[in-house]
Amino acid sequence: MQQEVTLALIILLMLVADLFVKESNSKILRVLAYVLLVVQIAVNIVPAETSAFEGMYHSTQMASVVKTILSLGTLLVFMQADKWLGREDTSFKTGEFYILTLSTLLGMFFMVSAGHFLLFYIGLELASIPMACLVAFDKFRHHSAEAGVKYILNAMFSSGIMLYGISMVYGTCGTLYFADAAAALTGTPLQVLAMVFFFAGLGFKISLVPFHMWTPDTYQGAPTTVTAYLSVISKGAAAFALMSILMKVFGIMVEDWTLLLGIVIVLTITVGNLFAILQKDLKRFMAYSSISQAGYIMLAVMADSGQGVASLVYYVVIYIVANLAVFGVISSIEQHSGGKVERDDYNGLYKTNPRLTFVMTLALFSLAGIPPFAGFFSKFFVFASAFHTGFALEQTGYWVVVFIALVNTIISLYYYLLIVKAMYITPNDNPIPTFKSGVMERAGLSICLAGVVFIGLLSCVYQYLTDTALLSWVS
Amino acid sequence: MNILSLFVLIPLLMLLGLWIARSLNQVKGVMVAGSSALLVMAVYLTISYISLRSGGAEGEMLFVAEVPWFEPLNIKYSVGVDGISVAMLLLSAIIVFTGTFASWKLKPLTKEYFMWFTLLSTGVFGFFISTDLFTMFMFYEVALIPMYLLIGVWGSGKKEYSAMKLTLMLMGGSAFLLIGILGIYYGSGATTMNVVELAQQHIPEWMQNIFFPLVFIGFGVLGALFPFHTWSPDGHASAPTAVSMLHAGVLMKLGGYGCFRVAMYLMPEGLSMWGDFFLVLTTISVVYGAFSAIVQTDLKYINAYSSVSHCGLVLFALLMMTKVSSTGAILQMLSHGLMTALFFALIGMIYGRTHTRDIRQLNGLMRIMPFLSVGYVIAGLANLGLPGLSGFIAEMTIFTGSFQNPDTFHRVCTIVAATSIVITAVYILRVVGKILYGTCTNKEHLKLTDATWDERLAVICLIFAVAGLGLAPFWVSDMISGSVEPIISHLIH
Repeated sequence: MQQEVTLALIILLMLVADLFVKESNSKILRVLAYVLLVVQIAVNIVPAETSAFEGMYHSTQMASVVKTILSLGTLLVFMQADKWLGREDTSFKTGEFYILTLSTLLGMFFMVSAGHFLLFYIGLELASIPMACLVAFDKFRHHSAEAGVKYILNAMFSSGIMLYGISMVYGTCGTLYFADAAAALTGTPLQVLAMVFFFAGLGFKISLVPFHMWTPDTYQGAPTTVTAYLSVISKGAAAFALMSILMKVFGIMVEDWTLLLGIVIVLTITVGNLFAILQKDLKRFMAYSSISQAGYIMLAVMADSGQGVASLVYYVVIYIVANLAVFGVISSIEQHSGGKVERDDYNGLYKTNPRLTFVMTLALFSLAGIPPFAGFFSKFFVFASAFHTGFALEQTGYWVVVFIALVNTIISLYYYLLIVKAMYITPNDNPIPTFKSGVMERAGLSICLAGVVFIGLLSCVYQYLTDTALLSWVS
Repeated sequence: MNILSLFVLIPLLMLLGLWIARSLNQVKGVMVAGSSALLVMAVYLTISYISLRSGGAEGEMLFVAEVPWFEPLNIKYSVGVDGISVAMLLLSAIIVFTGTFASWKLKPLTKEYFMWFTLLSTGVFGFFISTDLFTMFMFYEVALIPMYLLIGVWGSGKKEYSAMKLTLMLMGGSAFLLIGILGIYYGSGATTMNVVELAQQHIPEWMQNIFFPLVFIGFGVLGALFPFHTWSPDGHASAPTAVSMLHAGVLMKLGGYGCFRVAMYLMPEGLSMWGDFFLVLTTISVVYGAFSAIVQTDLKYINAYSSVSHCGLVLFALLMMTKVSSTGAILQMLSHGLMTALFFALIGMIYGRTHTRDIRQLNGLMRIMPFLSVGYVIAGLANLGLPGLSGFIAEMTIFTGSFQNPDTFHRVCTIVAATSIVITAVYILRVVGKILYGTCTNKEHLKLTDATWDERLAVICLIFAVAGLGLAPFWVSDMISGSVEPIISHLIH
């Protein structure tokens, strides 16, 4: 419970500070946000298993680790937001940005550590509604407002479907506690329907195909920093929540939901990849790329094992650093070049901004799963966990899904290489001029780069996650 | 510190040195120092390996060492070499060394070029020293991805297309490989990733039948297995000189090595089911590659198709499953690596002067650049298997060994494949006659100069190696056949 309490305190502090800090001094707010978030991470670095409200809130050690990871990711997002928030047209909203972002984070904390459907639902809404405000943050930009509307309508719709599913669980089991519901569920058709509805609701958050329609528009329209936040933190939290509820509550219907997942994974990865090839706008492109990445994350859910849990969290960690590195570069270039986000704008970038190009290249390689960068390891472990379950259950269907996912990595490599090609190979007479990015942006990118290079090579991260997963999920 | 780890450590230090280097001379200094150190290490390793073996050292692998890495999946950083890998390390070191000199005058972005080049070498060396499937696979992919930028940025012709095609096809192969590796690991009981230990485990036959073709094709793509060879001509033709050398000389050998050490060694029952099918494909590779080379007009394309044919011969000989033919296959890898590197180096040097690789526009070069031309003749003769040069030793061993397989089907394949010897002579002699002899009709070409010192150094090193292997093959073939023995005896006949 400590993590939620400290985070709520931080939000309150930021609210109060926002009242007293003058608009011209918004820098103070930014520094305050960094300091408080670092304190939040430092205080809660040791994972603990806690329970409260008679089991409505139940945080496993793994959930605690996930929350720390999400906080770290948010810190990185804040670092990238530095330049954007310092701009004249946004600096007067600095306080709101932090409060809204931290509120969604708090919502996600409740999502991953709920022990009761109601608390879970509240967490989900807390994570969704401020997010819509964030998406529409540049409210005078037409696209941003449009994206906000799309997001909120889709979010409400999927919440409705999910609530319907939850009500079916309540109707058949008479309880909303995870532990009691798990014991009462028997796998009747109505309960399977409940599971499917629930899955659909979260599938929206994770942007799995066919619930992905909002993703490209929202990602493109939202301010780049918010897009980055949406694509990693929000997605990571939802993926972990989906996994824990499927495993904990709907464990009895494991055959149904693995079949469902198998189909959704194949669709998600393939559709995400094929559409990504066609995109010219990099933010839209990253939207489709992140759809396909969600499919890979779901492979670990399909594994339904401790190994899968560890692989999922590991994947999320690496996905956070790699994707944030890419978005960091995109946002940096957007801020310094007057809003250039087309792939063609990146032609010849290597000549003028070799360092940014280098970061971008390594991050893209990591996303594509090329060793020795971290993405390779995370993909391997995700594949291994799904493959292992297929082997243990003697069901070759798992292998087929893994195989299709593997073939899809080649398609993804193609479009990631298109960007590398634009930056290094395609000639351009007027490349984006050389610029020097701010201290915080550079610090954020350096952390991401270090993550992309070292998280994979240092086995201790995976080892730690496996140990924690085995503690939390004794199956 | 284990001596083998130095083969990865030195390139990594070179990368660091290149990163720090500020001037062109510093970059070149780092490259020369590093690649010479690698060459010295490789020679030292070969000598100490042979002396250890003659001193009666037991064990399939020598110089073994391992460090646990990802323990939940039993992944270790484990290294070890047998005669095959020692031969391959020596080959790689020679080609990295000569490749450095072959790209001596490369511009622009020399520093970046050498960084990717070194990363590629890291992957190659790492692959050959690894005995752990996971690290092996990791290094394999590390060796592939730099190719994209090396060809895309510094290549010639339709480089963007070739680079993308090559990268996607090779990475596609590695997708097959990855699932194959998972199959091997879990099928064998998920206790180890070490190749030597895995060979002692038994993978269920039905799983072998599924995963053998996946792994074989996965590595086969890189070994130019028909019909997955199409990346090779385009890739080689567009790549800059040293990259072609390294790619045809060493990278394609990763394919054959992997087929032998991973696919065949670990899944013998899968091999007995699929062996004949792949034998047909490799036979097609051998003959088709040779025929295609005849009709090409671009020097690099000719050599690329010739590589398809010769690398096909490597896989062909491995699938014959006799001790002699497999020894021949490894010798062929070594020999082909050296002579193709020599070929590509010379073609690059000629192209750098004439700015064309079209054989219809080249003639009478012997008078103008005698050194390069003589080198070209030697490379050609080695390629068509003249006794005294390396090609003869390898092909002779292969065909003798192949004919030892008493099965009629295998013998028919051998006879078909043996026709490639004649076809090879046709395309080599055609080119030699066309571009080197006769009178030079192009006035521009008369002003050209012969090789400079850095080019001479690279060419002489390679000629020395080709001739050395041809004149004194016994030390290598003994070393190889001793290591082929345990693998072949593991297979089912």
